[in-house]
Amino acid sequence: MNASLLLLADSRLPAGGHAHSGGAERAVATGAVRDEHDLAAFLHGRLTTTGRVAASLAAASCALATTLLPDATPAGGPASGGGEAGWTALDAEADARTASPAQRAAARTQGRLLLRVARRIWPSPVLDGLALAVPSPHHPVALGAVAAVAGCPPRDAALAAAYHSVTGPATAAVRLLGLDPVAVHRLLATLSDTLDAIAGTAAASPHPDPTPPEGSPSEAPDVWAALPAHAAPALDLLAEQHVRATTRLFVS
Amino acid sequence: MTTPPPPATPRAAHPPATPGPATTPPDTHRTALPHSAAVHLATAPQPSDARRGAVARGPGGRRAMTAHAAIAAEMGGRGRVVLSTLRSAPPLTLRQTGPERVHLVATAAGPLGGDRLRLDVRVGPGARLEVASVASTLVLPGRGESVMVVEAHVEAGGRLVFTPEPTVLAAGCRHRMVVRLTLAAGASAVWREEIVFGRYGEAPGRCHSRFDAVHDGRPLLRQEFVVGDPAVDGSPAVYGDARCVGSVLFAGDEPRPLAAEVGEGRAVLPLAGPGTLVSALAPDAVRLRERLALPAPDGP
Amino acid sequence: MGTDHADHHHAPDGHGRALRLGIGGPVGSGKTALVAALCRTLGPSMRLGVVTNDIYTTEDADFLRRAGVLDPARIVAVETGCCPHTAIRDDIAANIDAVETLEERFGPLDLVIVESGGDNLTATFSRGLADKQIFVLDVSGGDKVPRKGGPGVTSADLLVVNKTDLAPMVGADLTVMSRDAAAVRDGKPVLFTSIREDRGAHTVADWVTGMVHDWRHVHATPETPHATLHP
Ligand SMILES: Nc1nc2c(ncn2[C@@H]2O[C@H](COP(=O)(O)OP(=O)(O)O)[C@@H](O)[C@H]2O)c(=O)[nH]1
Ligand SMILES: [Mg+2]
Repeated sequence: MNASLLLLADSRLPAGGHAHSGGAERAVATGAVRDEHDLAAFLHGRLTTTGRVAASLAAASCALATTLLPDATPAGGPASGGGEAGWTALDAEADARTASPAQRAAARTQGRLLLRVARRIWPSPVLDGLALAVPSPHHPVALGAVAAVAGCPPRDAALAAAYHSVTGPATAAVRLLGLDPVAVHRLLATLSDTLDAIAGTAAASPHPDPTPPEGSPSEAPDVWAALPAHAAPALDLLAEQHVRATTRLFVS
Repeated sequence: MTTPPPPATPRAAHPPATPGPATTPPDTHRTALPHSAAVHLATAPQPSDARRGAVARGPGGRRAMTAHAAIAAEMGGRGRVVLSTLRSAPPLTLRQTGPERVHLVATAAGPLGGDRLRLDVRVGPGARLEVASVASTLVLPGRGESVMVVEAHVEAGGRLVFTPEPTVLAAGCRHRMVVRLTLAAGASAVWREEIVFGRYGEAPGRCHSRFDAVHDGRPLLRQEFVVGDPAVDGSPAVYGDARCVGSVLFAGDEPRPLAAEVGEGRAVLPLAGPGTLVSALAPDAVRLRERLALPAPDGP
Repeated sequence: MGTDHADHHHAPDGHGRALRLGIGGPVGSGKTALVAALCRTLGPSMRLGVVTNDIYTTEDADFLRRAGVLDPARIVAVETGCCPHTAIRDDIAANIDAVETLEERFGPLDLVIVESGGDNLTATFSRGLADKQIFVLDVSGGDKVPRKGGPGVTSADLLVVNKTDLAPMVGADLTVMSRDAAAVRDGKPVLFTSIREDRGAHTVADWVTGMVHDWRHVHATPETPHATLHP
């Protein structure tokens, strides 16, 4: 594990995550989540669906970014950045896995903020290239690219993405329901095996060939078609209800 | 499957399975319908039958089957659609029930564990095709996993309406569903998928469905449903207390744009690409169908 | 906010962009009323944008839009996830995004006002978000508040004590407040206002105009000429 992963996974990373509840606020408002027990089920379900998809996309993005890093580019190859077609294609894969427009907007807002923050923390032509190709990428796509630039392998990127999928809702539930924060952290701790398993599988998914034929940066979108696409219909409904709510504390 | 009753036909849903005059397509391989199914096909649907759905099935009691059925619709002369292929393969039996309509009639119980079933659908340029089924599909346990693959391709200007009855996951089943829908630019499709978590009062077996829709070479919708892990099924993030999940995809350019909306247990979701997904959760199949229906007359 | 953002990766040194003015202070002290007054006074001479950080609704943004003091599209609301002070101090990303969105859509701008969601006395704006900040107190908390200090009172570039019209009713002594504030603020300005009765708001507007002038002087770039100001 690369130490940068700690920075990326830290909820204090100032990238706007604190204002997203990942559906938890609406779940609390509708009574679907009332206590710690409900929250445990909510988090587990979120992790094995949305979290799994995010982890796979982040791993794929990290693998793609790694092939674009300046020192990965053979002499005479593209000097830096690039990968436009790859970024667009991977982001489209994220779109196809996010049926809810509200969820797409939330994912893109978080991706844009993360990318902006990361470009100041870890300046890199790879991130410039991503921002140029997709100014507001889906969060997992941004996260994977940032992880690569910060020196993390795809498995770390996947782990950060999966973890991100549960920490936001967990913190939100603490605030909204007045739950015991220690009890909620215990819930998060019980998810560690699942987090590890998801990250491991995500990193093992096929990724674009890291040593592409000369001249072309590795952009093999076809391998991304098979990435996980687990749907969470209840989250979609919650997200759509949330954007239409007149009062809300969290963006999503 | 035995004596399937006609499908539930709630208001604004797909037209009932009343067969029109069956025109004989040129290149057709047919398997004879069992008497009972034929009788049902010829009978007007009884609303009271809707509830029985898949419940009144006998056990499987047969060996695993491998089947590959196919349908192809093309534009023939004088602006008519011709079914250039209608190849049944038991237990997947196909019957033309209208000029542009085919019904899927299961001629054996199941799918059963171990079954490998596949249906190919091709809609040629400018052609139209509707595919429906006469009854819900009851997935039963058996030896190993049952697999159902549907591969559909719609050419430019073609339109496919694929609205089978629900898949019911009987206790103990292990099922895998794979749908690959590809649309050329200018093609459109309506695709319904409904999964019912077990017969009445029954815990569902396991099911993993994967749906991939690609439009003009770009991914439009990819979604997987996993059912049968109690820790996930009941999650308020996934299915909550629903017993059914379903969606209707409108892929490609629709004559009538669908407005985004959210209601009790359902949402109309405009996709990033050309298409809209109606997504619903419900306590039972009847309400699921209601939630998937659109207010307008040409809903699925 | 839309997803069609161009790549606006600004150097954080402030060149070629508007002055960002944070307006903080406890809930109900009159921040939104002050923003409305500033927009009314400065609107004719400056190109403005406003970001609100409502706690639970888009109340403030809606109020400002209804007040008709500014083109409604120039008022953007940010949700703060139960933590209004986090959004202006520890994790300013959403606010920066909102500010940059305004600058991108309507820019160049002279001034972007960011109103906080309402905080306790310890909350201040991050220097990464606000170039200058005003802390708004009101007299109804009693005349001891300035003496108690806190980062908002002590470090804000301008302290505004609002609702002076209520001072007799709550028994607040304005001279005491003025003296105590001066003592903890190390000479930085304090202004007394009754925005309800339209008293004093123009003095705040003058102070803001001065800040915008100074900012323009230091940070203007040839590519982003600023409007001629008519204070
Ligand atoms: N009496 C009096 N009321 C005021 C004054 N300024 C604002 N208010 C009222 O105080 C309430 C809170 O003002 P608002 O601007 O929304 O406070 P904010 O929460 O700090 O933004 C509103 O009802 C205002 O009308 C003032 O100078 N005097
Ligand atoms: Mg206010």
